[in-house]
Amino acid sequence: MPEPYRNFASKVVPLPAENVDTDQVVPARYLKITDKAGLADVLFRDWRFEEDGSLKDPPFVLDRPGMKGRAILLVGDNFGTGSSREHAPWALEAWGVRAVISTGFADIFRNNALKNGVLPIAIDPITHARLFELVGADPDAELRVDLAEQGILLPDGTTIDFDVDPFAKLMLLRGTDEIGYVLDKLPAIEAWEATHPARVDTREDAPAAS
Amino acid sequence: MEQRPRTLVEKIWDDHVVVADEGAPSVLAVDLHLVHEVTSPQAFTGLRQRGLKVRHPERTVATADHSVPTTPRGLPFLDPLAAAQVQQLDTNCREFGIPLHGIGDPSQGIVHVIGPQLGLTQPGMTIVCGDSHTSTHGAFGALAFGIGTSEVEMVLATQTLLQRKPKTYEVRVDGRLTAGVSAKDIILALIARIGIGGGTGHVFEYRGEAIRALTMEQRMTICNMSIEGGARAGLIAPDDTTFEYLHGRTHAPHGPAWDLAVETWRRLPTDDWAAFDRSIAIDASALEPMVTYGTNPGMGIPITSRVPDPAAASDPAHGRALEKALAYMDLTPGQAILGQPVDVVFIGSCTNGRISDLRLAAAALKDRHVAPNVRMMIVPGSDEVKREAEREGLHEIFRAAGAEWREAGCSMCIAMNGDQLAPGQYAVSTSNRNFEGRQGKGGRTFLASPLTAAASAVAGMVADPRLLPGIEAVAGIGGR
Repeated sequence: MPEPYRNFASKVVPLPAENVDTDQVVPARYLKITDKAGLADVLFRDWRFEEDGSLKDPPFVLDRPGMKGRAILLVGDNFGTGSSREHAPWALEAWGVRAVISTGFADIFRNNALKNGVLPIAIDPITHARLFELVGADPDAELRVDLAEQGILLPDGTTIDFDVDPFAKLMLLRGTDEIGYVLDKLPAIEAWEATHPARVDTREDAPAAS
Repeated sequence: MEQRPRTLVEKIWDDHVVVADEGAPSVLAVDLHLVHEVTSPQAFTGLRQRGLKVRHPERTVATADHSVPTTPRGLPFLDPLAAAQVQQLDTNCREFGIPLHGIGDPSQGIVHVIGPQLGLTQPGMTIVCGDSHTSTHGAFGALAFGIGTSEVEMVLATQTLLQRKPKTYEVRVDGRLTAGVSAKDIILALIARIGIGGGTGHVFEYRGEAIRALTMEQRMTICNMSIEGGARAGLIAPDDTTFEYLHGRTHAPHGPAWDLAVETWRRLPTDDWAAFDRSIAIDASALEPMVTYGTNPGMGIPITSRVPDPAAASDPAHGRALEKALAYMDLTPGQAILGQPVDVVFIGSCTNGRISDLRLAAAALKDRHVAPNVRMMIVPGSDEVKREAEREGLHEIFRAAGAEWREAGCSMCIAMNGDQLAPGQYAVSTSNRNFEGRQGKGGRTFLASPLTAAASAVAGMVADPRLLPGIEAVAGIGGR
């Protein structure tokens, strides 16, 4: 069960790449696990490490001094495209990321992130560019993310407002997961199924539903 | 009561809403849940931790495709992790009573190839799978989309999913394709036009004369890559082509139930005057074979065009992205893509691993030979596709041409099963993603159609399939 999502303040990891796909976040060869172990180590693996396992020179942003422990990832447009692998938000969460800020997110990634305590924050392109400038000028600037108020508090005291799906917000703030919510609807599901026969039967040689 | 005109997507949506609470996403019933080894193990673990069963194992079906090697089936897995993952799927399916078409089963294959092949994929259904290319099944007029592992767990437990109603995006393709241009080129052209985020939040509905003229397998190729345009789903209204393909398949309705089903399915197409949230039109007759040059599927051009120049980009961020992509691909702005040497040609995947794709490849390779500098891998999308190809003798043509004829699986589309590029190698690939490292760390991918891939294998470089001798005859080959 997830923990309730709390407000937090953090410095920022800036990654100014657009259209980052989930194959970059976790390369496919690390999807052979049957649990969630070890994913922090393979986060952005091929952008971080050489073939022999040594860090790239210069190091990728995650491995630069002072980055470990930062919980905000600031990225370019349209983050999380491609594969549906939930290993991507699992790896981000395992590394310590609690919010990703972009101008937009791929649909499946956004859904997956929200279920794992990683808040995808979409802001308009001008504010997004300003945020990159701010972090460029002061790499240790600290932002405060307030989910209940749907705002990012900047060091100068101003706030960037953001939208979030009200249902997802409620789930995050309560630390409830959606399966519990739907299990509570089982009577309605049973009633619906009683009037809607199955369309197929996947069992071998089973006659098709009529 | 006279209902307002609705789109195909809205009709399927309305037919599946179980609960629609104010402010919350709808609880949407799922008709068919496809499961594979990579995105399901953690979901089964979740079920065990909660003490839950699979609500409808008979509406669920599993196969092993992503991490399975495509070497001869008698050989053991070289990768112990992959072996353990496939074994885990077997254990999970046994424990929870889910039908599994695993290794050795005659119906094994890529999940998006076997669903339609078995007749499980049907019009009007909701279909989900922990795989973004689930959009493939939209070719039958089903609302089909990829989900994450948490959602896989939810569907296993409840046979429903929490969903917000998607917006609709009409993709109208009129005109007729010319010889040597195929379904793959339509979808690559769409993605090049709208970009890989263009369809975010929407479901594509492909319509128009050029779409109606396509076979089911060609429609699957188009719907398959909806996700590469940012749309989780893409669908095509069912018609006689759809019904003809489905009729008589194992899990399709039989007897009187068939007639009843067809009658219901005929009511699915979008009503006249129904409104879409967005719309785009493409002229099929103006399309050339397409090829990608960069590191996402939106970086595509007509095959006779030149690689774009980052300096000419309208937006500096795009310019930087393009520069980064060209550096990875080691291509020069303004260079021709035709004639670019290639090391590997891959024909296969859930995009282009069906029998009609293999027939096209065989027609292009017949009495020719793969260039000496090229390794060509031909990987059937399923065991059934493999058997059919062998019944038709296609494998003999492939082998005589010097290509490798392998076992069914995702193979080099995802490179987590031993089939992969070496760093720096170039491939022409009929798969769906050209992301950095997608086909092997450091590998470089040009996405293209099976015809372009086969022509390139023979030439040893990116080649225009329209120059193949007898292309008119070749392009007519395919089937349903």
